[in-house]
Amino acid sequence: MSRSFEGTERYVATPELATAVNAAVVLGRPLLIKGEPGTGKTLLAAEIARSLDKPLFEWHVKSTTKAQQGLYEYDAVSRLRDSQLGDARVKDIRNYIVKGNVWEAFESDRQPVLLIDEIDKADIEFPNDLLRELDRMEFYVYETRETIRARHRPIIVITSNNEKELPDAFLRRCFFHYIRFPDEDTMTRIVDVHFPGLKRDLVAEALRTFFRLREAPGLKKKPTTSELLDWIKLLVAEDVAPEALRGDDARALLPPLYGALLKNEQDVHLLEQLVFLNRRNAR
Amino acid sequence: MLVKFFFRLREAGVPATIPEFLALLEALRAGLADASAERFYCLARACLVKDERHYDRFDRAFAAHFRGIEGALETLARELPADWLDRLAEARLSDEEKARVRALGGWEALMRALRERLEEQKSRHQGGSRWIGTAGTSPFGAYGYNPEGVRIGQDGSRQRRATKVWDRREFANLDDDVELGTRNMKLALRRLRRFARSGAADELALTETIDATARSGGWLDVKMVPQRRNVVKVLLLLDVGGSMDDHVRISTELFSAARAEFKHLEQFYFHNCPYERLWRDNRRRSERGVDTFELLRTYARDYRLVIVGDATMSPYEITEIGGSVEHWNAESGAIWLRRLLQAYPRHAWINPQPEALWDGTRSIAITRELLEGRMFPLTLAGLDAAIAELG
Repeated sequence: MSRSFEGTERYVATPELATAVNAAVVLGRPLLIKGEPGTGKTLLAAEIARSLDKPLFEWHVKSTTKAQQGLYEYDAVSRLRDSQLGDARVKDIRNYIVKGNVWEAFESDRQPVLLIDEIDKADIEFPNDLLRELDRMEFYVYETRETIRARHRPIIVITSNNEKELPDAFLRRCFFHYIRFPDEDTMTRIVDVHFPGLKRDLVAEALRTFFRLREAPGLKKKPTTSELLDWIKLLVAEDVAPEALRGDDARALLPPLYGALLKNEQDVHLLEQLVFLNRRNAR
Repeated sequence: MLVKFFFRLREAGVPATIPEFLALLEALRAGLADASAERFYCLARACLVKDERHYDRFDRAFAAHFRGIEGALETLARELPADWLDRLAEARLSDEEKARVRALGGWEALMRALRERLEEQKSRHQGGSRWIGTAGTSPFGAYGYNPEGVRIGQDGSRQRRATKVWDRREFANLDDDVELGTRNMKLALRRLRRFARSGAADELALTETIDATARSGGWLDVKMVPQRRNVVKVLLLLDVGGSMDDHVRISTELFSAARAEFKHLEQFYFHNCPYERLWRDNRRRSERGVDTFELLRTYARDYRLVIVGDATMSPYEITEIGGSVEHWNAESGAIWLRRLLQAYPRHAWINPQPEALWDGTRSIAITRELLEGRMFPLTLAGLDAAIAELG
């Protein structure tokens, strides 16, 4: 068994996540990752590739993406045009087959990591169209009548935001892990990893404000880990004193630079009201 | 042992299948669990559970199954060797803290108290973790298992280990027993799709192009067609009256499935029975809303009308002038309903109330009569029938 994944110096992986990743790596099955936005789903594949020293192939799925596009596309228009111009390339259909990310990953001469990002964005049948490819790690190219097989079974990481439910047949073939929103301990480690040597008291205050904000009832969009990291980056850049976060300042209703945490105006209004009410009750 | 565990999971409603179970065994054979209970738990969960909503069921079944036979797995042992704790204390606690421990009656008493408290706390994970959290540097963290003592010097995850992960049931609120997932609904709604090519020609028509090119003696003649679009138009009226509260979740699921599936979807809200006004936004109920006549004028006959409501109310709310519970209606609900049904000949009423209860409710009977039987239960079969009626 090769090296196992334990997180990296830039990425904090809980033991649960590390176990799921290692199971997927050892057994060569895809790993499906779900979880709240901003908990590092997409980052995971890059970090696995980095820590295990493997090439990374990324396939970002959009609502219009077809499963076929990940395998290959036949560029008939170019071929037609070349035939008009009398190009010699036109004789060989191979010249007009454009490889997709999956094909590229299958051809890699070392075991690659393949990320299929936000699979739920695509059409509801999309995962079903990839069953054989993920199971047997091979597919058939109709134009050239050849079967492409993976030279090394790639480590496949699939992320989903739960916009659509995935079909059972697809789920059966994957390992699954749901990244929970980190607790305060894990969050402190995450912040440490991103901003080593940051003032302890600033981090503590920032985390306190952050978790309190997440607990505020009725927020449309709760701030996530990546937003917290952005916010801390801003706090550091602006050199905000930890005391300013404690909210002793009666004029400042909201935490400084709140724009990094709250992304829509209803939430900002809601929070202003909550803070205002709290103040009044406290008096 | 594991076969029993597998069946127990299935009994508990975790839809694990045989290939998934085999995958778990394969993973175990590959040495991924490392004879550690926690790793085994993670591994089993990653293999057998594919939906975070089932995490809670899995946790419960896991706890129930492994409670009795923990002793069998050496590393699962709850009992810790006494001197191990002492060693740990030497390594970690200050003299002051050690004195405090002694004041509490020594390790023995402390461990017993802790064990009892953990037992009590099983059902309330939130308070549980906080309580353990406040214990901070106390030996409670050490109570968690890591009998090998490998992680002694490591901060962070110790606290979380103080109770078993599966006993904390942190995914309890994600569990749901919904039979009719949005995926099923979407698949049912798909059958209502009507494709047509309309709009700007922006897609290459490959076969036509080849055909035209061949006809013009090999000169490339590109043919374009407009994109295929779903042209079905749906007018959705949702009941948000008081009695619908029980059905809110399933109705929102239906709505979100419909939203994703149809491009031309117009939704309005009403309370119990549609009258002369409807509401575009449920949160702004206090506003005047939209005149129903205006709605009839705005949306053409080719819209399909789908009403979602339980039709459970006082019969007067349908049949009588002034019967509405919220305002004075100059015309009865039945007249308004008839107008809507006439304006949109392709219509269906979807009722989240179980079909068995329909006969017992007078208002449902009246509504069904008005609809000439086109009322369907909000189940997959019902949805299918409704779609067939609309198509």
